[in-house]
Amino acid sequence: MSNIIRKRKALTVRPLKTSQTVGAVLAFQGMAGAMPLLHGSQGCSAFTKVFFVRHFREPIPIQTTAMEQTSTIMGADDNLIEALATLATKSGAALIGVISTGLAAIQGCDLQRVIRRFRQEYPQFHDLPIIPVDAPDFTGSQESGYGLAVTAMVEHLLVPRCREATTSARINVLAGSSLTPGDLETLRDLLAAFDLEAAFLPDLSDALDGHLSETDFLPVTTGGTPLDFFERFHQARATLVIGRSLFPASERLQQRCPMPMLRFEHLMGLDATDRLVAELCRLVGRKAPSRVERWRRQMQDAMLDSHFHLGGKRVAIAGELELVAGFHQLFAEMGTRTVAAVVPHAPSSTEGLCLTVGDLDDLEILAVQEQAELLVGNSRLAETSERLRIPLLRAGLPIFDRMGGFRQTHIGYQGGRDLLFAMSNLLMACRPHGVASYFSGLRPIPAPFGAVNDEQRMASIARSPWSGTAGHG
Amino acid sequence: MKNSEIARLLDEPACRHNTPDKATCGKLKPGATAGGCSFDGAQITLFPISDAAHIVHGAIACAGSSWNGRGSLSSGPELHRLGLTTDLSEQEIIMGRGEKKLLFAIKTTVERWRPAAIFVYQTCIPASIGDDLESVCRAAQDSFGLPVIPVDAAGFYGTKNLGNRIAGETIMKHVVGTAEPEPVAPRPGMRIHTVNLVGEFNIAGEFWHVAPLLDELGIRVLCTLAGDTRFHEVQTMHRAEVTMLVCSKALINVARKLEEQYAIPWFEGSFYGMRDTSDALRSIARLTGDLDLQQRTEALIQREEARLSRELLPWRARLQGKRALLYTGGVKSWSVVSALQDLGMTVVATGVKKSTQQDRERIRELLGEETVLIEEGNPRLMLTLFRQQRADVFIAGGRNMFTALKARLPFLDINQEREHAYAGYAGLPELARQLDITMHSPIWERVRRPAPWATSPDVTGEQR
Repeated sequence: MSNIIRKRKALTVRPLKTSQTVGAVLAFQGMAGAMPLLHGSQGCSAFTKVFFVRHFREPIPIQTTAMEQTSTIMGADDNLIEALATLATKSGAALIGVISTGLAAIQGCDLQRVIRRFRQEYPQFHDLPIIPVDAPDFTGSQESGYGLAVTAMVEHLLVPRCREATTSARINVLAGSSLTPGDLETLRDLLAAFDLEAAFLPDLSDALDGHLSETDFLPVTTGGTPLDFFERFHQARATLVIGRSLFPASERLQQRCPMPMLRFEHLMGLDATDRLVAELCRLVGRKAPSRVERWRRQMQDAMLDSHFHLGGKRVAIAGELELVAGFHQLFAEMGTRTVAAVVPHAPSSTEGLCLTVGDLDDLEILAVQEQAELLVGNSRLAETSERLRIPLLRAGLPIFDRMGGFRQTHIGYQGGRDLLFAMSNLLMACRPHGVASYFSGLRPIPAPFGAVNDEQRMASIARSPWSGTAGHG
Repeated sequence: MKNSEIARLLDEPACRHNTPDKATCGKLKPGATAGGCSFDGAQITLFPISDAAHIVHGAIACAGSSWNGRGSLSSGPELHRLGLTTDLSEQEIIMGRGEKKLLFAIKTTVERWRPAAIFVYQTCIPASIGDDLESVCRAAQDSFGLPVIPVDAAGFYGTKNLGNRIAGETIMKHVVGTAEPEPVAPRPGMRIHTVNLVGEFNIAGEFWHVAPLLDELGIRVLCTLAGDTRFHEVQTMHRAEVTMLVCSKALINVARKLEEQYAIPWFEGSFYGMRDTSDALRSIARLTGDLDLQQRTEALIQREEARLSRELLPWRARLQGKRALLYTGGVKSWSVVSALQDLGMTVVATGVKKSTQQDRERIRELLGEETVLIEEGNPRLMLTLFRQQRADVFIAGGRNMFTALKARLPFLDINQEREHAYAGYAGLPELARQLDITMHSPIWERVRRPAPWATSPDVTGEQR
């Protein structure tokens, strides 16, 4: 059973969807020395910048072609050329991602042609890679925009080559947009346990993991996937792909440089992690190292301990599809029921899950209807959580009202273990603490101080039919 | 909106710097532009009218990343925090179904929330394909029987500042003067006066520091534009005796038009810092022409300043002589200066990118000629300046926070997303407290100290 409900409504309330543009910018944040350039009016980049600054609590490089009245009507090619020239001259960028917004798209802007013109007019910058990404906001969502950006990078930067070594320690990892910097670190550790060295594309864990570096200010990204990733791509033993939105990019890779591809929709829960570990064992030709075994046992123990709290619980979740699918799998393994799942965009369905394409208002209504006991979603669900008095596990983007939200780890044995504990704790914290004490007026023993507060005591005294004589026998 | 209309909005006779080569309204530079667009400017001005619904007509990027992003607080309804948008899809744009969808969106809004009014915001895409916002709003207004007001401020029209003006123009055209204020019970022994506060956004609830003082003096706030505001209050702005332009030169067109059309005198003031708060109260009293109010105002100022000075004593001891580098927009470049000076601090440099000619003159008045005026918001430049000027704290908007923190410099957030209330007499100790927290934090030495095992002191490369 799997289906998708697409709400037909004129008004979106409390949006869940951000935009493809935002997703494409996120992908470039994971590239070293990169500068994403939004082709649109200045608000497009200002909103996106604030969005990511609040989430990551880091400076976010982003620029705009600053389209205004005249260039919107007469054509904004010159804006793009001027912006590229400015960035090439001044920012020291190693890579520029040109991302079209809805405005540039409906204007009919042909990014490729304008970039060709730039190449002719500014031959001195012929070495500087410029990646065009058409990611307008009127279609798709953050996840698809991220996928488009990665596909475009592969398209423009990967030279077709034959695979070199089969015993290399290097493994390419195409990292989907649902993976946090914390997730990437966990994955890097897991691969390292097999003596595999992960090369991520893109690599948010090297750019936006929240570290203090030696340099005080850089106008471009401070870390991320280096450009030589594409030159060294063929040297890897295999390529690991996480997230369905990156499958098109992985097909492009496969055509240009065939090698074993391990594709995963997500890495959440025991099953998916087991499958990954099994694949890795096969790849390196030996059994899992003891510390991986240990992580697995820890997760199993966490599953045992937390199933009392999570078993049978009803969860409502809102987020991008890959994250929702991952959580749904983890819940399924715990006997937790996903009673509502809202996504901004559903290019495909997910086995055993009814998806609603909608907004956070839809989630709120569904959560009430389905009597959810736990919410999972971004910080914008905090008000819903307060209103409905249902605890919220923060996941996805943006998380701006918690420290370290951007680092939260969901994947693998360790991520799963921590997540199970976090959710159990939320449920434990909001459970009513037993039955309120009752103080009989016929039992003249004063309650010990601190056992109940005055308000509760007064209330229970008032409930007693003998309240007038309470304490006097 | 036509180019000529935009030009007319930029031509603001009340601005003293209104010459063709004015510094603030210049052309944008592709590849080197920061700051919001006109839509952003319009929404921040009007969204705090919290019993009205605000529908953003466009594709998702306009509302999707920005909704409910500002700290403007409401004491009652919170319709402004719903993030309403028509979320146009590719097919709807191609087939021209935007107008119809908008009409249904308005219908949904009316049926579900019964708002006092609806503001509909134009954005880039529907503006380019020619959705007729005005006609849809007029049709909706006729059939649903509530004010439906088009705000034609698509992002590509220009800067945030222009968006503020468009918002001001819109309420002057559609809202102000359409209702009369409710009567209030008279107070024995004093005449009640009325005031508009244009450009007061009630960030972090900071206006609630000032409101009790106005109450005590018998000054009724007819409308704040806009922070904790109700639609009806905006309708009655024409009945005020005085307009105070609080913190936004961008809304000067509202003050000017209120004067031209309804003969309401206005002045520009600020509630940041002791001297400015006192000056603001004084100016309101003076413009009412009520001698009794002026006397009572002086008495209140004397009382509050004495109390505040006592309260600030311990803070002054800790902050005296500290040097601040200020990088904020427009009017805050001088209003915050005076607040910092009240704390005994020195402002070594201030940003003037968004400041008007008048703002610059005031800065010069307050700071003398030595202070550096920062024309361009380049982070690299600001860090260099910070070190050159031996500053102790960097004060700027949240967007620049991480520039300062990454450079291991103490920082104070003064922008619209901040969480602390700094306005009024009661806000100054809070400002002092927050400054003290960051400047005297024990972390700075630790985050700058090299690792104990680092052998040579000039190692700068990252260890990988």
